[in-house]
Amino acid sequence: MGIRFVLMVNKQGQTRLAQYYEYLNIEERRALEGEIVRKCLTRNEQQCSFVEHRNYKVVYRRYASLFFLVGVDNEENELAILEFIHLLVETMDRHFGNVCELDIMFHLEKAHFMLEEMVMNGCIVETSKANILSPIQLLDKAS
Amino acid sequence: MNPFSSGTRLRDMIRAIRACKTAAEERAVVRKECASIRASISENDQDYMHRNLAKLMFIHMLGYPTHFGQMECLKLIASPGFPEKRIGYLGLMLLLDERQEVLMLVTNSIKQDLNHTNQYIVGLALCALGNICSAEMARDLAPEVERLLQFRDPNIRKKAALCTIRIIKKVPHLAENFINTAAALLKEKHHGVLITGAQLCTDMCKVSTEAHEHFRKKCLDGVVKLLRDLANSPYAPEYDISGITDPLLHIRLLRLLHVLGHGDADASDSMNDVLAQVATKTETNKNAGNAILYECVSTIMNIEDNGGLRVLAVNILGRFLSSRDNNIRYVALNMLMKAISLDSQAVQRHRATILECVKDTDASIRKRALELVYLLVNESNAKPLTKELVDYLEVSDPEFKGDLTAKICLIVEKFSPEKLWYIDQMVKVLSEAGNYVKDEVWHALIVVITNAPNLHGYTVRALYKAVQKSNEQETLVRVTVWCIGEYGEMLVGNAGMLDVEDPITVTEAEAVDLVETAIKRHSSDLTTQAMCLIALLKLSSRYPSCAKRINDIVLHQKGSLVLELQQRAIEFNSIIEKHGKIRSALVERMPVLDEATYSGRRAGSVPAVVSTSLGTQPKMSNGVAKPTSAPLVDLLDLGSDDVQAPSSSGGDFLNDLLGVDLSPASPGTNNQAPKNGTDALLDLLSIGAPTAQSSSSMLDMLSSEQDNKRSEGLLDNFASLSTSSAVSSSSMMDLLDGFGTSSSVPVAETGGPSYPSVVAFESSLLKVTFNFSKESGNPQTTIIEAQFVNKSPDIYSNFIFQAAVPKFLQLHLEPASGNTLPASGNGSITQKLKVSNSQHGKKSLVMRVRINYKANGEDVLEDGQISNFPHGL
Repeated sequence: MGIRFVLMVNKQGQTRLAQYYEYLNIEERRALEGEIVRKCLTRNEQQCSFVEHRNYKVVYRRYASLFFLVGVDNEENELAILEFIHLLVETMDRHFGNVCELDIMFHLEKAHFMLEEMVMNGCIVETSKANILSPIQLLDKAS
Repeated sequence: MNPFSSGTRLRDMIRAIRACKTAAEERAVVRKECASIRASISENDQDYMHRNLAKLMFIHMLGYPTHFGQMECLKLIASPGFPEKRIGYLGLMLLLDERQEVLMLVTNSIKQDLNHTNQYIVGLALCALGNICSAEMARDLAPEVERLLQFRDPNIRKKAALCTIRIIKKVPHLAENFINTAAALLKEKHHGVLITGAQLCTDMCKVSTEAHEHFRKKCLDGVVKLLRDLANSPYAPEYDISGITDPLLHIRLLRLLHVLGHGDADASDSMNDVLAQVATKTETNKNAGNAILYECVSTIMNIEDNGGLRVLAVNILGRFLSSRDNNIRYVALNMLMKAISLDSQAVQRHRATILECVKDTDASIRKRALELVYLLVNESNAKPLTKELVDYLEVSDPEFKGDLTAKICLIVEKFSPEKLWYIDQMVKVLSEAGNYVKDEVWHALIVVITNAPNLHGYTVRALYKAVQKSNEQETLVRVTVWCIGEYGEMLVGNAGMLDVEDPITVTEAEAVDLVETAIKRHSSDLTTQAMCLIALLKLSSRYPSCAKRINDIVLHQKGSLVLELQQRAIEFNSIIEKHGKIRSALVERMPVLDEATYSGRRAGSVPAVVSTSLGTQPKMSNGVAKPTSAPLVDLLDLGSDDVQAPSSSGGDFLNDLLGVDLSPASPGTNNQAPKNGTDALLDLLSIGAPTAQSSSSMLDMLSSEQDNKRSEGLLDNFASLSTSSAVSSSSMMDLLDGFGTSSSVPVAETGGPSYPSVVAFESSLLKVTFNFSKESGNPQTTIIEAQFVNKSPDIYSNFIFQAAVPKFLQLHLEPASGNTLPASGNGSITQKLKVSNSQHGKKSLVMRVRINYKANGEDVLEDGQISNFPHGL
């Protein structure tokens, strides 16, 4: 419900982070990622950020070399999801400091922790950056 | 050893993978890593467990199977340290899903963690539960979650709320337990709890009506107040996004209002103020503001009517439409589609802008705009809108042409005020995008043409001119060739000129030229060539001067490698040369095709086609791909049935008349369907009895299938032509009778043979009749319609019918049409039963029934056993 998956993909089409909120097996995932990524990467700047694929919509935005794709149900408010993507990026930015693709790659588990604090079971849990980052900062301090 | 300094090893692996140049190299690296991980797991290496898991997650993300790591997750979760637990839970959520049995093992660990003192661990457990719990886990752990919903720490409460959502989705009847606690959540201050609480309430309303009522009564005011406070709140740096405090919370609350207000006028009234406030005061220069406005408009559209608000909403949408940001336009178009059903006048005002959007460069916007335009079309604006769309058709992209063409054809068909305009538009569309036009559409065009006798001349001339310009559009060529065949003499003689036409002179030779080019061009497909042959036959009668030339062309096709063309060529040649006397009678003008029946048939006959292919394929003994039946009877090619494509459902009908279908891969049905139609025509033309071959195969069919009720009464000579596609046979039979009964055939009845109804149970007070039908394509399932008739003079109330079946059957009872049975057979109750016979063919159905009712104030109970089910059910 709500959000079906969150993907971060670079310009060559390699997946950097994948979080699914509904069950899909490995082949389905690959097929899905391949199709969607192809559709989104070929669009240019002027076109709108929403792509309809099968029975759901994909909202995407490009930040530097990374594409953030969020798949949502048809009833979801697309503009709100765009805001959510921006919130996610800002949160990661606050934590990593000037986040870039390599940061996400090498600290994949931290990126996952952050995403987990923000979205649960397809619904948005928390919108305050401080609240999201506090458990993660605690973890860093403990280790 | 610091578990999170796993960096180096994980980092090395990532570096190694990144350095791979080919997929094979990457696979090799991954395989090596997996091997070392597996070795480490089997050694039960404590130190590197977390690191291994992190690597496993990366590998999983790349798309390789990682199920050997699942037990590792469990071990990590069970370990006492926080970092290990953390990564264990992460692994759990990524590598497992709710269908795995391994998940059950985790239930105990999660339960312990839910009671842990460290609230972060509790949070972790809730997170995991919320993401992947299954129904059993949900049931087990629901009480724990309920307790946690009232925990002191807001972070735990918010996670517990989302967990609850999942639980009630999996086990809906638990929703009642959570109603009060959920309502309490809405009184919080913490935004996280508010968001999740609102989400929880929204979902509970969807799942349980009781919850919906409760929230509507008790919580509505609270929510309205919340939203108002939020909208008026001062700058809060924590939640601020581009100047607005927590837009995502705004949106959630609006969504909750939407659900609460839908269908309830009082609730909607109390929301009016706050909705108006949000709609007018939100800033629109940032995306966050627009997101809130969009949600607001969506809510307004869905609650009960309040004129002022609706107008406000549509105005906002109008503003969105003229914005330059594509996202906003897209969203506005989406919303307008829903608005149209409520207030189409307002949307009509924006027609021009929407038309502009159809021509936009962005594919998503084009698609939405086109759908919206289609909804906007009505009688008054059909003409200008269609003109715009057709003009655009010329310049549109190929991918878009298909959609555009389909929509234009639909509009033209529905709204054409007069036939002349219809034909004009269709000719234009065919010239531009004929290849995208579906079969049904040009069939419909031909139906219309035949129905407009005063326009025949005009039509054929217009088509002739069009084909000169764009002769690569296949469907255009087909329609033209057909018309030339039918109305050839009008073309040459300039008959039936309309005022708006310029006269053209076409000689017979030129007309035949056109058909000849069509047939000789190697890009023409089979259908076109076949149609050309028929047209030539007709022309040979209408243009006596060109008969020799036509004959030569037909002769040439005798050597064609395609069986269909060869056959036709031989037949037609034989007619031209040897049967000159009957030729003119044969190729007389087609009778007018009844439009109403055609469209009804089109709507209702899709299932018939499907069942045809299923039902009759196995019955035909000769599997040879012989598309048409015996030569002599196939003169006008009445019978060819296009089985495969569902789009030819209507094509069934016209294919017969146009002599079109040529799907070589459908042996069975083609053989039998022609006979039905040609029988009718044989009758008409008194040519003679069908050849022995076709009649014997007909008899085969008669004996192998039972009588189909529908075919009786139509041309009694060939009455019991039992086919499973009753629709196609009946309409073909009805060539004379104006294409009578067709369409609206329930799918169940056309699938497979039918069975006589039986009186299942009869006593002095009650009679029960069973009517049978089979589900098409599923011979094991029978649908029984039980009809109960009261034989006594008392009225029966509280009528309940129960049935029991032996183990090899499965019974499904649908609710009865009522439970009061009027007296003396003045009415009846019907009830549908579905029986699946797992021993279909070996055992027939039996059933025990029990009927309860109240008559004259006393309860009556009747029971009995039914064993007179027809054989073969």
